[in-house]
Amino acid sequence: MHEQTLTELSQALAQNRVSSRELTAHYLQRIEKFDTTLNSFITVTGESALAQADAADARRARGEATPLTGIPIAHKDIFCTAGVKTSCGSRMLDNFISPYDATVVARLKEAGVVMLGKTNMDEFAMGSSNETSYYGPVRNPWKHDCVPGGSSGGSAAAVTAGLCSAATGTDTGGSIRQPAALTGLTGLKPTYGRVSRYGMIAFASSLDQAGTLTRSAADAALLLQAIAGFDDHDSTALDDPVPDYGAALHTPWKKLRIGVPKNFFDDGLDADNAAAVRASLEVFAKLGATIKPIQLDHVHLSVPVYYVVAPAEASSNLSRFDGVRFGYRAAGVNNLDELYRRTRGEGFGAEVKRRILTGTYVLSTGYYDAYYLQAQKVRQLISEDFRLAFADVDLIAGPTTPTPAFALGQKTGDPIQMYLNDIYTIGANLAGLPAMSIPCGLVGGLPVGLQLVGPHLAEEQLLKAAHHYQQETAWHCQTPEAYA
Amino acid sequence: MCTASEFHPVSLTPEDVQKLCALARLEIGPDEVGDLSAKLSDIVRLVGELQAQNTDGVVPMAHPLDQAQRLRADVVTETDGSSRYQANAPLVDQALYLVPKVIE
Repeated sequence: MHEQTLTELSQALAQNRVSSRELTAHYLQRIEKFDTTLNSFITVTGESALAQADAADARRARGEATPLTGIPIAHKDIFCTAGVKTSCGSRMLDNFISPYDATVVARLKEAGVVMLGKTNMDEFAMGSSNETSYYGPVRNPWKHDCVPGGSSGGSAAAVTAGLCSAATGTDTGGSIRQPAALTGLTGLKPTYGRVSRYGMIAFASSLDQAGTLTRSAADAALLLQAIAGFDDHDSTALDDPVPDYGAALHTPWKKLRIGVPKNFFDDGLDADNAAAVRASLEVFAKLGATIKPIQLDHVHLSVPVYYVVAPAEASSNLSRFDGVRFGYRAAGVNNLDELYRRTRGEGFGAEVKRRILTGTYVLSTGYYDAYYLQAQKVRQLISEDFRLAFADVDLIAGPTTPTPAFALGQKTGDPIQMYLNDIYTIGANLAGLPAMSIPCGLVGGLPVGLQLVGPHLAEEQLLKAAHHYQQETAWHCQTPEAYA
Repeated sequence: MCTASEFHPVSLTPEDVQKLCALARLEIGPDEVGDLSAKLSDIVRLVGELQAQNTDGVVPMAHPLDQAQRLRADVVTETDGSSRYQANAPLVDQALYLVPKVIE
């Protein structure tokens, strides 16, 4: 059962070939069997999952099921879940029981989705390897001594290993697409504001966006349908109508022009990874797409822009963790200043501290114009490059990552090397664009991804292109042998 | 105040790091300072690449979709959930958050 897509499981449930309880129990058994090794879950909510499964089966019997009713999934531990620990991968929130549900969680609950638990992640979503988690690293199901990517590494590993049918994730600089690429999944980061950020613990509010990690583009369409749309609780949620994503998958394209940025195939890109991406572009060409080279003149500055804007916003967002209202509090302090300093010093891990300090630096008096304002100007230039490109092409395609999954511990000593993992993904976040990663090959037995980026609110076109590709190829059907 | 064109990023000394830690209310151990100043210097050098880009006349980005901040009507919509929220607080007494004495 676990090797099936969410779409297939939805059909099996609808035809009463399986019950949600059977499905849920099956995934819980697999979590128990495999997660000691993978470490993809921070919290498993077995008892409530079975109760939700029974409720879903009863709802189906009443004829009130949605396509997602009874489907067991997992939530990244960045999403607030009422009555359930929500740690964000940090010691700071190790004792935090959320008093409410994030909008993403609430909408999936309404649709009848079963929550199996909360997945491991880089602390406060700051990382590209899932190694900054307070709860320890997650292992890549394809090769246990490799990272699954990050920050949504637990979600990626859990779906890949068949410990859940799909999972939610968040993407600030590539945190859905990069782990999706490194574990052979379909990762979707919607347009900024397409999905509500309410109840999603904030990292960099102008970049953060919720999305999905699934086995196929069709699965992503099903989940996006349930979570997308306006939300009064998020002042940046877009008030645009939500199209029928499932219907969009099956419409033929009239013409599809795919732009390929020349500078995405520079020296930093692994040669075999590049070959896999080029081969996938040939598949699109065979499907009738026009492939044309494009130029994104400022995209090489994405990483420096990101490492000003994201830490600046993080240093502000994370100032709420002060040991007073929730979360960790240092013991034996003598005054308020010491309470703040020691709570934050003991509650945050090394990477989070680096980003808070970087943010503090770029926002401090005398440096604001040179760093923050300059970064927001270059961000405008990067965004303008994309706008110009989309006047000529419908989608932009290229590699998701420079290399396949790397070894655990390989890059933890050098933050800059770690940051460069997101070199191809950050641009879409800076410009607020929807983007996907879909599996397009294996390099040395490890999956690699093709990234597709669309104009604002072009999720239908993205999902359609990905779905058509997945009708022609079987890369998304590959599973690591040990978890087949 | 430096402008982008005349600004040259430098390395961060251990003293700079201590100052930033004070601003960010972040205690770090004496053994962490050296490593932090080396790594933060690397990061400052990385983001320093932005200085070379000409941005004359470029409007800094405020929102990727050029949206204005949406405002809601100024009416009370939330019910009192303080006891629920305070269940997570480290130290509470009579619905008040307790902190170490501020005024001596």
